[in-house]
Amino acid sequence: MRYSALEILKQGLTGNKTWKPAWRDPEPKAEYDVIIIGGGGHGLATAYYLSKKHGVRNVAVLEKGWIGGGNVGRNTTIVRSNYMLPGNEHFYELSMKLWEGLEQDFNYNAMISQRGIINLFHNDNQRDVYARRGNAMIMAGADAELLDEEAIRKELPFLDYDNARFPVKGGLAQRRGGTVRHDAVAWGFARGADENGVDIIQNCEVTGFDIKDGICLGVETTRGRIGGKKVAVCVAGSSGHVMAMAGMRLPIESHVLQAFVSEGLKPVIPGVVTFGAGHFYVSQSDKGGLVFGGDIDGYNSYAQRGNLPVVEDVCEGGMAIMPMIGKARLLRSWGGIMDMSMDGSPYIDKTHIDGLYFNGGWCYGGFKATPASGYCYAHLLANNAPHPVAKEYRLDRFISGKMIDEKGMGAQPNLH
Amino acid sequence: MIINHPLLGPRDAAEFVYKGDASMLNRPDWQSENAAIEFHDYMHLRDNIAGEMRELWFHEQGDRSWLVVTRNTITHEITKVELARDVARSKSKGAS
Repeated sequence: MRYSALEILKQGLTGNKTWKPAWRDPEPKAEYDVIIIGGGGHGLATAYYLSKKHGVRNVAVLEKGWIGGGNVGRNTTIVRSNYMLPGNEHFYELSMKLWEGLEQDFNYNAMISQRGIINLFHNDNQRDVYARRGNAMIMAGADAELLDEEAIRKELPFLDYDNARFPVKGGLAQRRGGTVRHDAVAWGFARGADENGVDIIQNCEVTGFDIKDGICLGVETTRGRIGGKKVAVCVAGSSGHVMAMAGMRLPIESHVLQAFVSEGLKPVIPGVVTFGAGHFYVSQSDKGGLVFGGDIDGYNSYAQRGNLPVVEDVCEGGMAIMPMIGKARLLRSWGGIMDMSMDGSPYIDKTHIDGLYFNGGWCYGGFKATPASGYCYAHLLANNAPHPVAKEYRLDRFISGKMIDEKGMGAQPNLH
Repeated sequence: MIINHPLLGPRDAAEFVYKGDASMLNRPDWQSENAAIEFHDYMHLRDNIAGEMRELWFHEQGDRSWLVVTRNTITHEITKVELARDVARSKSKGAS
């Protein structure tokens, strides 16, 4: 069923009787061409692009709980492509382009709003770094604009311009960046994949891999064995736990990242704003809540909740750059589990086990990558070769020395 | 989280810097034939345990000692705290 204004009118006039569920609830078959483990944004996007672009339709998405219940529903909904390194920027720019056409492509309202993102800088050195990053973005086909203090004052009059310690000197703007309604991304991809024949199987936890002589033949699940010619793991947050069942150790640690939303307010923040002297990013949702976040807690964790010192640190960052935020009351806070990789960049790669593929290590940048992650993972699964923009996201890059370390922190995951 | 420091008593975890898995105390032998691969694994691969994990914490805003903290990564519960130097010494004694 195609969603359209006409369809809403027709259904409205006939008592809304013939709407269908957006996806089926099928029983698992004995064998699939591709099994995708993980019904989050990336897994569903992979299924969608596999079935739509590569014609691979005998596909199952296995999800332990319900789809979209992990990090795709636990993030701060920001999309952008303002990276610097070649291994990253082309990939994230592909993602940005896919976001721009996504709603028309999968016929679902994901409330994609290109309200722009501004990264503030606070001293001359930081201006140089941001100018360099902006140039790298432009060279990769993205948009970037360096704003001076006057321009920032016009756009964001509510910032603290009298802050002696962190004076606002300007910002790097990406106008095409913005926010997306995150749940709708999972639902839109699920609906699109389901229409193409993909089986989305919820409440089906993978409990082991069926690996013989270095070849992956399928998975053991709580709903029985399911055979698969290719098995694609896509479970960021639980990657270490799942891949351990295949006997693999990964260049990943799981960490908790907290996010926050205030009570609903009238429109006050026009786009996404990030603080350059601390770690704080904020936008305002369409419902009016200020959605913001900061650093990860910094210790290994699988608990989807964090601790108070980081709450304080994030709120201090907010108060330092926009003191007005102190008048708003905090409504909710939550935590999500991040795959923190050794260089801050993700992996989309084959493993040493034939037929077993891995996608993970998204650190806390996974949401913006959702469409391109699915697009490139589908490409890898269909062609057994990496998509050109994701070819550097290899698991062996720490042996070959081809790290993609945007922050230059080295193999200390809690600093990325 | 409160870390019960063996010398200083209960301290707020915010006083500490987190390093990671305590298996990092076991450095590979640099003269081994496979030293390059062993150091790659040592530096970059993790068990990433869901459950009870031994990890290194540095008391940066305290007595600057390294601790081995046994903590559950699912519940954040801390069950054991040792001085890293004691752990390392007992290990080397065991080896000799």
